[in-house]
Amino acid sequence: MAVPMTERKRSALTRGRLPTYTPHVVAGSAIVVAAALMALIGFNAFGWGVLSAVLFAAGNVASSAIVEGRRKAVDKLVTSVVVGAFLVALLPLVSVIWTVLVNGVPGLLAPGFLGTSMNGVTGAVDNASVANHTPVLGGVYHAMLGSVLITLWATVISVPVGLLTSIYLVEYSADNKFSKVITFLVDVMTGIPSIVAGLFAAAFFGLVMGPGTKTGFVAAVALSVLMIPVVVRSSEEMLKIVPNELREAAYALGVRKWRTILKVVIPTAISGIASGVTLAIARVIGETAPLLVTAGFASQINSNVFAGWMASLPTFIYTQIMTPTSPSNPDPSAQRAWAAALLLILLVMLLNLGARLVARIFAPKTGR
Amino acid sequence: MSKRIDVSDLNVYYSDFLAVEDVNITLDAKSVTAFIGPSGCGKSTFLRTLNRMHEVIPGARVEGKVLLDGDNLYADGVDPVTVRSQIGMVFQRPNPFPTMSIRDNVLAGVKLNSRRMPKSDADELVEKSLRGANLWNEVKDRLGKPGSGLSGGQQQRLCIARAIAVSPEVILMDEPCSALDPISTLAIEDLINELKDEYTVVIVTHNMQQAARVSDKTAFFNIAGTGKPGKLIEFAETATIFNNPSQKSTEDYVSGRFG
Ligand SMILES: Nc1ncnc2c1ncn2[C@@H]1O[C@H](COP(=O)(O)OP(=O)(O)O)[C@@H](O)[C@H]1O
Ligand SMILES: [Mg+2]
Repeated sequence: MAVPMTERKRSALTRGRLPTYTPHVVAGSAIVVAAALMALIGFNAFGWGVLSAVLFAAGNVASSAIVEGRRKAVDKLVTSVVVGAFLVALLPLVSVIWTVLVNGVPGLLAPGFLGTSMNGVTGAVDNASVANHTPVLGGVYHAMLGSVLITLWATVISVPVGLLTSIYLVEYSADNKFSKVITFLVDVMTGIPSIVAGLFAAAFFGLVMGPGTKTGFVAAVALSVLMIPVVVRSSEEMLKIVPNELREAAYALGVRKWRTILKVVIPTAISGIASGVTLAIARVIGETAPLLVTAGFASQINSNVFAGWMASLPTFIYTQIMTPTSPSNPDPSAQRAWAAALLLILLVMLLNLGARLVARIFAPKTGR
Repeated sequence: MSKRIDVSDLNVYYSDFLAVEDVNITLDAKSVTAFIGPSGCGKSTFLRTLNRMHEVIPGARVEGKVLLDGDNLYADGVDPVTVRSQIGMVFQRPNPFPTMSIRDNVLAGVKLNSRRMPKSDADELVEKSLRGANLWNEVKDRLGKPGSGLSGGQQQRLCIARAIAVSPEVILMDEPCSALDPISTLAIEDLINELKDEYTVVIVTHNMQQAARVSDKTAFFNIAGTGKPGKLIEFAETATIFNNPSQKSTEDYVSGRFG
């Protein structure tokens, strides 16, 4: 009869392994040693953090090399490098968000910031609010409205053009010469500097409507020049991954090609197309240069994209920083600029979230 | 509702590559014809010429005649869409539309063509087609659920229901069971036996037992070597092909000596 075996205290399977508390010990020592070293050369928190991390990685790898052998040590070394690279990549992002949050929140919370324009807010008003320590006046409503309207029009122009182009490329072109030319031009368009797109729209409308025409619509055209290639590219990818079997299934039922595209191919790809469009919007909503040369500057509310200059968030930030409303007291302008920057980041984040949501909503349903 | 197909002097090309050469065959109405032969001999290619699906592939073309009850599918001015609405097809891999419910999948031929249909008629068509595909009892409580939630065999029967819902004359099936388990395969074979009461059925299969079980007549295709065109070697009653073939290569193939 077999005697049941009892569990051994020191398992043969864990021989030659560091105990589980090792990383904690190494981390503790690394922090202390780093602090000591930093004290020698002049202490700062950033250097301390970096040095601790490096020492921690080195200590971990070294101890592992001694006790656990080469394979484990290499594993830990690579893990450290990968995690380190990740942290380095994350650093600017976190730092940007932090800076914008710290500088932007006070302005964003200032009364009337979201609901009023800069109409009537002059240098004297800013000087007075600094002198009397009253809240900063003036707001971003006109710029927000401008950004939304201009981007909306840019989307209205780009989506049909971009989507139809990608449908032609994927469904009709059969890789002919013409489609190669289009693809090449789309690639070139992707690389166009945004200021060039702005100059193009400004020059075009200057020719057609008379020199110096600056309206929200001109800006929308400039942005759509930037958006169209993105929409074409992303929609093209999405249409390409729709399985051919679905097209053939529809053809075999006696369905015409255009109906197949409209009712089978596009619905299958719509989630990817919609999120691609949303990301394209997020990409152009922060464009500054093309707006400077196409929409001009405005300090009052203008809800007509076809007439008059129009403000937008990026140009608002730019003017507030570069030409403060009150040159002798630039602080209120800086506060408004940071708040607008925060608002812009929030908008872009919302759009990205929206893209995910859109993708989820339109995704083909599975389940039983 | 079922028509015969007469094929004469058919050559099938992919661009310059002659894939199937000189086929002459008659597929009887209300019967099951099986195509057998080694991989790459052009069974699928030939099958797809019977409802003008072949030309969907860029560069693909056809020479010769295919008569559907005397009307040449490849005559000038024939709209492939008309042809396909009379000759339905079931593919090797089940391909229900992922964006549609089970019910909408069955109605796809109607809905995708934007034909109006009163709800009661639609309900009737859905039930009739699903019953015709032996799937009604399994899905009648979940018609609104996505078709992609069904098992492979159920999905394939859904595709058959979708094909018969447009009331075709002929149903082409390209290895409809090759992606399915034995139980589902049996279900489909039973179904094929019932379908021949109403339709002309053509089935490509890799499985010789299956050909023997379901078909009335069998066509054996073969290929002389890679890069050579596939040819129709022998076409006869299924029993003859399996028990008493006239060609040596047919005998070798059905007795499992190659392929
Ligand atoms: N889309 C295609 N383009 C070019 N050649 C093809 C294509 N599909 C099949 N072929 C060729 O046609 C021949 C017949 O293929 P196929 O009809 O699929 O054979 P089977 O179905 O009998 O296995 C093969 O040589 C194959 O390589
Ligand atoms: Mg095949």
